[in-house]
Amino acid sequence: MREKAPFNIGDPVILALTLGLALFGVGMIFSAGELDMPSSVTGIWQKQAVWLAISLVVFALALRVEIRWIEWVTPIAYALAIVGLTLVLVLGSGEGPRSWIRYGSIGFQPSELAKLATILVLARLVTGRARPADSLWELWPFVAVVLLPLTLIMAQPDLGTASVFVAILIASLYWSGLSIPKLILFVSPLVSLALAFSTFFWGVWVLLIVAFLYRTRAYLTESLAVLLANVAMGVVVLPVWRSLATYQQVRILAFLQPEADPRGAGWHLIQSQVAIGSGGWLGKGFTMGTQKRLAFLPEQHTDFIFAVVGEEIGFVGIVLVLVCFAVLLWRTLLVAERTSDNFASTVVFGIFALWLAHLVANVGMTVGLLPITGLPLPFLSYGGSFLLVSFVALAAIQRVAAEHRSGP
Amino acid sequence: MSSINPPPELYRRGRGRLARWIVVFIVFALSVQFFRIQILKHTTYALRSDKNRIRDLPIPAARGTIYDRNGLVIAENVPGYSIVVLPSSIDSFRVVLDTVAVILGHSSEKTERLMATYRQHPNRPIIVESDASFAEVSAIEERRAYLPGGIIVEAAPKRRYPAGAALAHVVGYVAEISDEELQLAEFEAYAPGAIVGQTGVERVYDRVLAGTPGARVVEVNALGRVVGEFRGRETVPAVPGRDLYLNIDLPLQRKAVELFPDTMAGAVVALDPKTGAVLAMYSAPSYDPNVFIGRFEPAEWLELNSDPGRPLFNRAISALYAPGSTFKLVMAGIALREGEADMDTEMPIPCRGALRYYNRTFRDWTPAGHGTLGLFGAIRESCDVYFYQLGIKLTLEDVLAAVPDFGFGSATGIDLPSEASGAFPPDTAWYTRRYGRRGWTNSVVLNLAIGQGENAQSPLKMAQFFSALASDGSLPTPRVSRDGPVAEPAGRLPLRLDQVMDLRSSLVAVVNEEGGTARGSRLRRWTLAGKTGTAQNPHGEDHAWFIGFAPAEDPAIVAAVLVEAGGHGSSMAAPIVARLIDSYLQRYDGENRAVETSGG
Repeated sequence: MREKAPFNIGDPVILALTLGLALFGVGMIFSAGELDMPSSVTGIWQKQAVWLAISLVVFALALRVEIRWIEWVTPIAYALAIVGLTLVLVLGSGEGPRSWIRYGSIGFQPSELAKLATILVLARLVTGRARPADSLWELWPFVAVVLLPLTLIMAQPDLGTASVFVAILIASLYWSGLSIPKLILFVSPLVSLALAFSTFFWGVWVLLIVAFLYRTRAYLTESLAVLLANVAMGVVVLPVWRSLATYQQVRILAFLQPEADPRGAGWHLIQSQVAIGSGGWLGKGFTMGTQKRLAFLPEQHTDFIFAVVGEEIGFVGIVLVLVCFAVLLWRTLLVAERTSDNFASTVVFGIFALWLAHLVANVGMTVGLLPITGLPLPFLSYGGSFLLVSFVALAAIQRVAAEHRSGP
Repeated sequence: MSSINPPPELYRRGRGRLARWIVVFIVFALSVQFFRIQILKHTTYALRSDKNRIRDLPIPAARGTIYDRNGLVIAENVPGYSIVVLPSSIDSFRVVLDTVAVILGHSSEKTERLMATYRQHPNRPIIVESDASFAEVSAIEERRAYLPGGIIVEAAPKRRYPAGAALAHVVGYVAEISDEELQLAEFEAYAPGAIVGQTGVERVYDRVLAGTPGARVVEVNALGRVVGEFRGRETVPAVPGRDLYLNIDLPLQRKAVELFPDTMAGAVVALDPKTGAVLAMYSAPSYDPNVFIGRFEPAEWLELNSDPGRPLFNRAISALYAPGSTFKLVMAGIALREGEADMDTEMPIPCRGALRYYNRTFRDWTPAGHGTLGLFGAIRESCDVYFYQLGIKLTLEDVLAAVPDFGFGSATGIDLPSEASGAFPPDTAWYTRRYGRRGWTNSVVLNLAIGQGENAQSPLKMAQFFSALASDGSLPTPRVSRDGPVAEPAGRLPLRLDQVMDLRSSLVAVVNEEGGTARGSRLRRWTLAGKTGTAQNPHGEDHAWFIGFAPAEDPAIVAAVLVEAGGHGSSMAAPIVARLIDSYLQRYDGENRAVETSGG
């Protein structure tokens, strides 16, 4: 198990897929800059290519790092991320989310580091437990380590990224072996939060929870706590709604009813759907998408890069990319399953959850299945921080895969 | 960290499998959604993508030029610019309007009007300025980089009327089609923003003059800025309108304006008696149709429209006046046709300046009286007492029945809008309906016999009637346009040619014989014939009429002049007719003959 394998790059399928997606991403970012008018996006693909090169170097270096060393460095990474998130809030200024730390022309988003650090911390917590928790009370450290970065990111405010932390938390608990009924009870307040907009659905949900608690013969205090949390979520949702920034409210409303204000908040979603829908089977041709060319499609290099794929390469291209992601995620899961190292397994599953959350949020938003959250598509969307972090995560996966391969 | 966990493989195999199927399910669900959008609803979204970026820009068709009979320009196009905006959204359109308002000096009312237009036609290009100056166009082009997208400067030929107020009522003017007009069946084929004739020849011959606008298909970006021509569809070139030649003789028209007293209201109509060609038509006061072109604010129209002089009103065809003594020719015609009189027939009572009928006194226009006269002399001297008796002799019933036979039953059918039909009682029942059974007596025929009473005709109608006397008795249909064949005569006077010639000779006497009412207006070179009229005006001074033609032997022109509150026809109207006809014949009679001899 301790055998050194510097030239073992892990799962070749995973590596090929990520490299392919990242190169395809650079190509699509090039296309995203091909407009019939001057655009700040033109030429930005070169920056992405540089970031990809840096990411590959970092990947190669990170691949040499042992998992045990990563486990050891986890608290430092987490502390760094929290300091970064705090700095962003202190230094950032102006309208909109404050998520960048800049030094000259180089910028970094600490929230990207925080995602990875939180996955690591959660994995350590999972490993530190002798057995899966039987009481929800035992989960408080898990909640605490997620709540800290989540609160800081909510303060930016960046609802989309914050929701990724919730996905990571749930995934880690799922992988820790927490029983499914407990997991459902744990998640139930979040469902309450989502349903609180309709008193009827929320009421039905609370009744279901009561029935579920009775059936599973849960502890009394735990049951009361779950119920209380559900009720509190239902009650608290209005103040929370009011506390959201206007653009966040507008985005959620636009998701619910995009045609209500086709020139305003619904614009992004409608133009994205028009771009994708007009692509048809084979698309309008690489760089030829009119929605993109004529600037009808907003954020075409980041949030809506997948709409550019849909418009220019069509349904065939979309399915190809989705299948690539499916295979990538499938193979990642196999890595998580096969390793006997509990910490490594949980880390890999956390990365799987992170990528899946980004994929669902980003692709779902381009076709109107989910609200516009601004989450980038892994490996495809423009953005150096996320690309770098993704390749560091990839290094972790590949290291685990390599150790398993060369293992006993 | 000591590892005393239970082997994670125990549960992770199952959880991993579940997670894998969740991935498959999610990717499948996303693919289904993409299939729905990209394949099933592809047509809808492809159309929307096209609609997003493709705009039809109308190419204005050059309007046909209007010429007078000599080829002089009456209405023409001069280069102009219009500022068109391709709105991309209501907010951005307002921003564009606010920006151009500063450059173009638009009032806030104008901006609001344009916003209203946008709300009605949100997907059409909106003409925000149909007459931009070169300086304004330069200002826009210079600021292009800072201006919002979607502002287009287009070459838009602009209408100009060189004759201005002199020919306003005949030529009319053009304006952007109004929303009310768009509802009309007449304007079915027109699009908002189209320039249409509002009145006059511009209105009547709009279909001929307008041409067909073309369409340029352009691609715009999200900001509404035109990126270039759209290659998917051909540009449809505009088909220019056809030119139109009028019968109007511009020099004669200008002469009419010059001769007509500046401060007075009234009308001048000149016809070719043989063809009905309208040689001149002037209504005073007039207006300058050029003010309607381009930057025309509704306030200006209101001002013109509420002017007590009613400059927009074409008195030559739309105003009705008592014809006065000019109508005596109709009475004479009836008498000749019925055989109740010939040109020498005298009436029983000689003229002593008035006639008593029952217990009422009917005055002659001159208190001195005319003594004993035949019909010929009564026309020459316009003897009211003679015609009173002629009316009594003809009887009211016969007069009412006969007048429509002389062309007074309907409008002339001139090719101009808003012609008023004359008013004349159809039968005695009309009087009963109007005044009650005991409210009137047969003495109304005395008033009718001298062209007063319940009788109102337009100057054009009277000119048409005199055209029949100046030709072979056929009533020509007046035509402003020269295009197409001469219109069929509207009818014929129910008189033999010799009777027409008799009446004509009496009209010669009016101008040329001792005692004739228009003797002061006789011409040296040509025999002018005509009839004066003085119509009672309940609102003030009498209206002055004169309708004349020349040369009496073979009339080439008939001219009718009415001067509102002008007093006597002989002193006010007859000199205008005489000088107008003289100027026409001096220029044309000689020329035409020269052409005829050289040509034939």
